[in-house]
Amino acid sequence: MHVPDGFFNAAVSGSAGAVAAAGVAVCLRGARRELDDRTAPMAGLVAAFIFAVQMLNFPVAAGTSGHLLGGALAAILVGPYTGVLCMAVVLLVQGVFFADGGLTALGINVTIMGIVTVLVGWGVFRLVTQLVRGKGGVTAAAFLASLISVPAAALAFTLLFWIGGTAPIEVSAVAVAMGGVHVLIGVGEGLITAFTVGAVLAVRPDLVYGARGLASSLVLRGPDGATTVEPAARPATAGHGLRPFLLGGVGLTLLLAGVVSFFASSSPDGLEAVAENKGFIDQATEHLMSWSPLGDYGEVGGIPVGVAGVIGVGIVLLVAGAVGYAARTRGQAAAGDDKIKV
Amino acid sequence: MNSLEVSRLAYAYPDGTQALFGVDLTIGRGERVALLGPNGAGKTTLVMHLNGILTPGHGTVTVAGTPVRKDTLKEVRRRVGLVFQDPDDQLFMPTVRDDVAFGPANMGLTGEELERAVKGALERVGMLEAADRPPHHLSFGQRRRVAVATVLAMEPEILVLDEPSSNLDPAARRELAEILRSLDVTVLMVTHDLPYALELCERSLILSDGVIAADGPTRELLADPELLAAHRLELPYGFAIPAPAEPA
Amino acid sequence: MGAGHHHQLYLPGASAVHRLPPQCKLLAVFAFAVVVVATPRERFWAFALYALLLAAVAWAARVPPGHVLRRMAIELPFVLFAFLIPVIGMGERTTVLGLSLSVPGLWAAWNILAKATLGVVASILLAATTEPRTILLGAQRLRVPSLLVQIAMFMLRYLDVILDEMRRMRVARESRGFEARDVRQLPAVARSAGALFIRSYERGERVHLAMLSRGYSGRMPMLGEVSASAAQWGVALLLPVSALAVLGLSL
Repeated sequence: MHVPDGFFNAAVSGSAGAVAAAGVAVCLRGARRELDDRTAPMAGLVAAFIFAVQMLNFPVAAGTSGHLLGGALAAILVGPYTGVLCMAVVLLVQGVFFADGGLTALGINVTIMGIVTVLVGWGVFRLVTQLVRGKGGVTAAAFLASLISVPAAALAFTLLFWIGGTAPIEVSAVAVAMGGVHVLIGVGEGLITAFTVGAVLAVRPDLVYGARGLASSLVLRGPDGATTVEPAARPATAGHGLRPFLLGGVGLTLLLAGVVSFFASSSPDGLEAVAENKGFIDQATEHLMSWSPLGDYGEVGGIPVGVAGVIGVGIVLLVAGAVGYAARTRGQAAAGDDKIKV
Repeated sequence: MNSLEVSRLAYAYPDGTQALFGVDLTIGRGERVALLGPNGAGKTTLVMHLNGILTPGHGTVTVAGTPVRKDTLKEVRRRVGLVFQDPDDQLFMPTVRDDVAFGPANMGLTGEELERAVKGALERVGMLEAADRPPHHLSFGQRRRVAVATVLAMEPEILVLDEPSSNLDPAARRELAEILRSLDVTVLMVTHDLPYALELCERSLILSDGVIAADGPTRELLADPELLAAHRLELPYGFAIPAPAEPA
Repeated sequence: MGAGHHHQLYLPGASAVHRLPPQCKLLAVFAFAVVVVATPRERFWAFALYALLLAAVAWAARVPPGHVLRRMAIELPFVLFAFLIPVIGMGERTTVLGLSLSVPGLWAAWNILAKATLGVVASILLAATTEPRTILLGAQRLRVPSLLVQIAMFMLRYLDVILDEMRRMRVARESRGFEARDVRQLPAVARSAGALFIRSYERGERVHLAMLSRGYSGRMPMLGEVSASAAQWGVALLLPVSALAVLGLSL
């Protein structure tokens, strides 16, 4: 999904650059709360790990392979703010050192693969861990969070493409192709994230940011045989809920909306053309399907690709609703806490 | 003043496994002491407490009169020189010189002073001529000597070595022993290589099941087969130490 | 994507390009990419001149064309996509060799191919003439937030560890007859990712403990100064400034 130079027009590249820079700036501030003296190395390791697992291409369907995005994993392991920083570093290093992803498209890449995946991933994760407690809840939440974060990123890509892609392709065709492939990638990513988080949780629960607060009591036994039980020192839990992320998401949406309206007004034919070329849509979709490796089969695991795309979009909408719901209940819970304290 | 005092130290890992159950030990300035124990006795866990990498669940650690606490960490880490078992964990800079300079530079040394600290430390382990080479081009024994130099450059109060003789061929093993003997610092050597302990250390401690099970002259401890067997320690095949003669 | 053999990224050398301070090169490459992207796609000869400029840099740096070509494989997925745009694109159509192609699609494909390729080659040349660590020092000089630089430093450091572990685990897997061929093997791959993380973490953690033991407090000590003279800035900025001149002439 790494976008090269010249793929999006200057306005979108620039706006996405601004969004990415603002997002990273917010996260640099926020990361201070998440990190102790182990933070930078842990974040570096997570970045390196995500870099490595992005190389670990796994087969999606005959002939094609996808790679993880890793945003949800980063958010769960080191917290959302540091997670965004990890993703930004991965993309920066890939762009500068490996020429993977254009330098002028860095803002787009960070926005789509860094901010959107972390935002959606962390939102889903918090929501599920609030519903299902314990280690099982954390693992399940990790699976769902990354499963959903990947098509969400594909959707963000499609949205940006619709606003300012330089290629004259039907946005619906892009949506179907991106959505379909990325729902499948999302399943793979969900499994890998769940297994990774599960494995880390089993061996080193202290390393999983999203599982802070699960620590059990320590039993300290003296040499004289006397046994004392001491509660584990509970680290400050990730108490800064979803609000900053919601605000970030709203800001992002507003910014994008602003760019859309700018384009809508400056080149109305661009959008109208979509309607006019209705006849082309079918043709374009057909071509895209026949190109897509999935097209040869028409279905993957019994799910027609078109349906997969629709599912992807549906899931994202569901998530948006769920995040909103979570924010509301959290807000109420926080209000409740305040009352108890007072 | 003692170089190191550990009192009632207990620790459990985050997954609930308890490693230390109340360790007491004292090491005087200038002593060379071996900490013996089988795998899983808690040796490495104990070592991690000596410079505050792990925080005690219970008890205290005092280095040269300074208690190990969050606010004394910087001072403590300068005074306790930890040499890890795998030199690849210790050497992470592009050249030997940069690696040895890492510690003193963190302590605020610069320019001439820094250069002097680096040169002095490399000289003490006989690795000065390798200063500009990348660590991964050196042999294993050389890398371990550089690892010792990285720590010596910080002028530590006490040098703590984790399994210093592991993976060394006999010549490298002897060279390292000569270097350690020539150093004028307190040494705590964590090992299950009993002959090496005997060769270098007058006094030994046995750590077993998370407590200090024995403390005495190395020769006496190693000459007690029941004691060794009780704590899963074994001398190599064909190696025997005669019981020390009763003092006249 | 994201694939690559990062040990072969850097080609040691002592050319003028190699010796330039990293911050100059970083800024030059970024500025060049911006100029290229800002060039209207109709200016064919401007793109040809940009390519010549990069060729001149490659020649000055003694980077063999084969190295650049091999590394350009990273672009492949998008090249494939670019070739499809004319086929599936909308708008006016034309017939080339019996194929009905979209005219705007052809323009878009050319636009993406030309700009992406120039950007990729510029980055390849930067990485070929500058060690990764040095690039990061350059970023630090350019006031990239230190937390980001630090994360990147650790990332590069751990990358070796992880790739090493990955290779070992793959050998172990394949020597027991496992081959990743389709979706059904995914759980096995997923499980090994979990193990990979733990193994790399525990290795990386020891390195970090070694650093903490030597007084590391979150800032890499700056050993050896990397400051740039005006002349060096001048040489480095030759690339984007010439590109800008070409752009100006083409308008």
